[in-house]
Amino acid sequence: MNRKKIKHITKYRLFWPIVCLILVLLFNLIKTPTFFKVSINSNGVLYGYIIDIINRSSELIILAVGMTLCVASSAGTDISVGATMAVAGAVCCSILGSGEAYNAPYFVGILGALLVAVLCGAWNGFLVAKLKIQPMVATLILFTAGRGIAQLITGGNILYIKVDNFKYLGSTLPHVPVPTPIFVAIGVVILTYLLLKKTALNMYIQSVGINSKASRLLGLNSTLIIFLTYMFCGLCAGIAGVIATSRIYSIDANNVGLNLELDAILAVALGGNSLGGGKFSLAGSVIGAITIQALSTSLYAMGVSADQLPVYKAVVVILIVTLQSPEFKKFVNHQKQKRVEKIGEKVA
Amino acid sequence: MEKEKNIVLSMRHIYKNFPGVVALSDVDFTLRSGEIHALMGENGAGKSTLIKVLTGVEEFETGEVRTDGKADLVISRSPQEAQKHGISTVYQEVNLCPNLSVAENIFIGREPMKFGRINWKAMNVKAKELLDSLNIEIDVTRALENYSVAIQQMVAIARAVDISAKVLILDEPTSSLDESEIRKLFGVMKKLKERGTGIVFVTHFLEQVYEVCDRITVLRNGRLVGEYEVDNLPRVQLVAKMMGKEFDDLASIKKSCSNQAENVETEKVIDARGLGHTGTIKPFDLAVHKGEVIGLSGLLGSGRSELAKVIYGADKADAGSVYMKGKKLVLKAPIDAMKVGMAFCPENRKEEGIIADLSVRENMILALQAKRGMFHLINKKEQEELTDRYIDILQVKTASRETPIKQLSGGNQQKVILGRWLMTNPEFLILDEPTRGIDVGTKTEIQKLVVKLASEGMSVMFISSEIEEMLRTVNRMAILRDGRKVGELVEEELSQDNIMNAIAGGGEVE
Repeated sequence: MNRKKIKHITKYRLFWPIVCLILVLLFNLIKTPTFFKVSINSNGVLYGYIIDIINRSSELIILAVGMTLCVASSAGTDISVGATMAVAGAVCCSILGSGEAYNAPYFVGILGALLVAVLCGAWNGFLVAKLKIQPMVATLILFTAGRGIAQLITGGNILYIKVDNFKYLGSTLPHVPVPTPIFVAIGVVILTYLLLKKTALNMYIQSVGINSKASRLLGLNSTLIIFLTYMFCGLCAGIAGVIATSRIYSIDANNVGLNLELDAILAVALGGNSLGGGKFSLAGSVIGAITIQALSTSLYAMGVSADQLPVYKAVVVILIVTLQSPEFKKFVNHQKQKRVEKIGEKVA
Repeated sequence: MEKEKNIVLSMRHIYKNFPGVVALSDVDFTLRSGEIHALMGENGAGKSTLIKVLTGVEEFETGEVRTDGKADLVISRSPQEAQKHGISTVYQEVNLCPNLSVAENIFIGREPMKFGRINWKAMNVKAKELLDSLNIEIDVTRALENYSVAIQQMVAIARAVDISAKVLILDEPTSSLDESEIRKLFGVMKKLKERGTGIVFVTHFLEQVYEVCDRITVLRNGRLVGEYEVDNLPRVQLVAKMMGKEFDDLASIKKSCSNQAENVETEKVIDARGLGHTGTIKPFDLAVHKGEVIGLSGLLGSGRSELAKVIYGADKADAGSVYMKGKKLVLKAPIDAMKVGMAFCPENRKEEGIIADLSVRENMILALQAKRGMFHLINKKEQEELTDRYIDILQVKTASRETPIKQLSGGNQQKVILGRWLMTNPEFLILDEPTRGIDVGTKTEIQKLVVKLASEGMSVMFISSEIEEMLRTVNRMAILRDGRKVGELVEEELSQDNIMNAIAGGGEVE
């Protein structure tokens, strides 16, 4: 009975992603006993490793949400999201200007940034869905050109925003103890979830991702659906870009969101989603994103330098991916069976 | 029996369970060298499972497999291991690389080497010899995709027997071949038989079994019914054994068919005028009346499916127009056709029909959902009720409505696709090879369903390579040849001979 229950739980899609996250956290707890300590600092803001992880992973979560849908619908990845973040940040900062007061209202800056990000997504979507170019090749265009475009917008300078309330989005609102990015990330996840669950989009995306030919014949517009997911991915990148810009209240077109596209893809994969498209789990990608950030933060906490970080990260990622691979699971099951048989023999 | 000398494969007491289903229960199977052995049974009888178990795709729970009459057990954990034991399989869908040459396909993974490099010359010569020995004369240096499915299949067979020639499994090899290609395949099979290869032949076509096979093993519901010599088992008895009941359904269909002819009203539901699509189907006129079943007949590649696809808007017409009840239609994509009440069950179930990873429920509901639009999600309860209703009406055998459709047998998948379209309540239903690769029982069920739907006022277009099946169901038949509609046959003209003549082009029928 009990064994059956355990078996049932391990078959649950998110079981392994959650186990991986817990393992990373557990390791931290042993290494850094104060890891889970949350305190309030002098500014009245919650403070601690765990808050830091969730805060820092906000952009990644948002990117991973958009990436999940791209992967699901087209079995391809959008590798331009990091560059799109830079473009969005550049647009936002150049609209607002680096004077003592904004050149335009704050929300206009954000809106402009999101609009341009959606355009970037639409461009990718056009290439992938309409021209049927391989997603990686199609998004490679913006991946390489995006940061250049951002440089053009900023005139090659690092623009600083001097108005104080620009920082709110990337840090905290006055009298609110929780960092704003966390709210934004939660908001994006919930809204996306509702969008998928309250419309037929969830089923459509999976159907198109699994078999686009059959989907067309049963009345779905595969092109439009793939296009929409890329546009949405662009929007997510825009939101992440604005947050990242706000964090450092400036735009550095060369460094905002650098290499984040790879982390986003990894988050999708760590979440137990197949990069081959089709069925997907939004929650899995979110867990994957948090796992990656937890990993980075904990490695920093252990005193690993930023230069060496990728190596350690790679090792852990290899472990996690192996743990989740079907071959490994098969192996474990086989061992289990052998053991059961042995016990059976002994009893006999 | 165990003592028999020329046994190349013996399976004893094979058991295999899938979650919730016993797929195989105490099944025995014996194959002798130099025989063609048919494996027969309805959908879900366990044919595919038996083959999967034998070839190492699935593991069996208990049982014994021996080859060559040796005493030691053979366990195959993968198709590669099975191949090492001399067991090769050629599947319905050819698993080769279409963009590589024929010779490369035959020798991939075991290329003849010379000085550490592939010896292309030797490879091509060897491939040529191999194919010549099977009477297949093609240019081995051309890419495989240039050849018909039939040739591709024979290349796959050549590859398989070249690797190991003891046991060859052919899983539904003939289902996408036309008559002359089937002849050719049978020629190859007979050649291999002479060389002593044991061939397991899985098929749904009774005639073919009686043409080439020596023995038949019948399975039903995962159990062995028996092994028979072909000569000692008349067709009717074979069918009875497969279905577990006497087979009198054919007659009853025909009866209801003649009743239905009187119901044909004159209203034209579909009227295609000068409709065409460059490269696939030349402009044609075709009308379908209310409550009528119209058949499309022609050889493979004659434009049957293409004609249907143009009407349905899956291929955009570049000539002529379609009228539905007198109203001109603008069809840019299938959804436009669906919205006016058309439905299309495609020929290629796996590639164009099922959404493999999604559940039975999702597969059924998708078309209706697409018709209603993205923002009008059908609520869960309604989805479940609708699915349950059609699972019940069509007698779909599935563990639950949430089972992924890929776990169902071919016939049940087809029923789910049918359910998908019936849910949309169409006025005009196109069925392209709805019974391909499906057992006799389900076949009859689907034929009956077609006749019943027509008697209720639905117009149906029925496409099939099996003339017999069409004769049983259609009122009128359009004949196609080389991408052109060459004529129509009605009621009294409908006979096997007339149709054959028309297809072959003995004389124009008008």
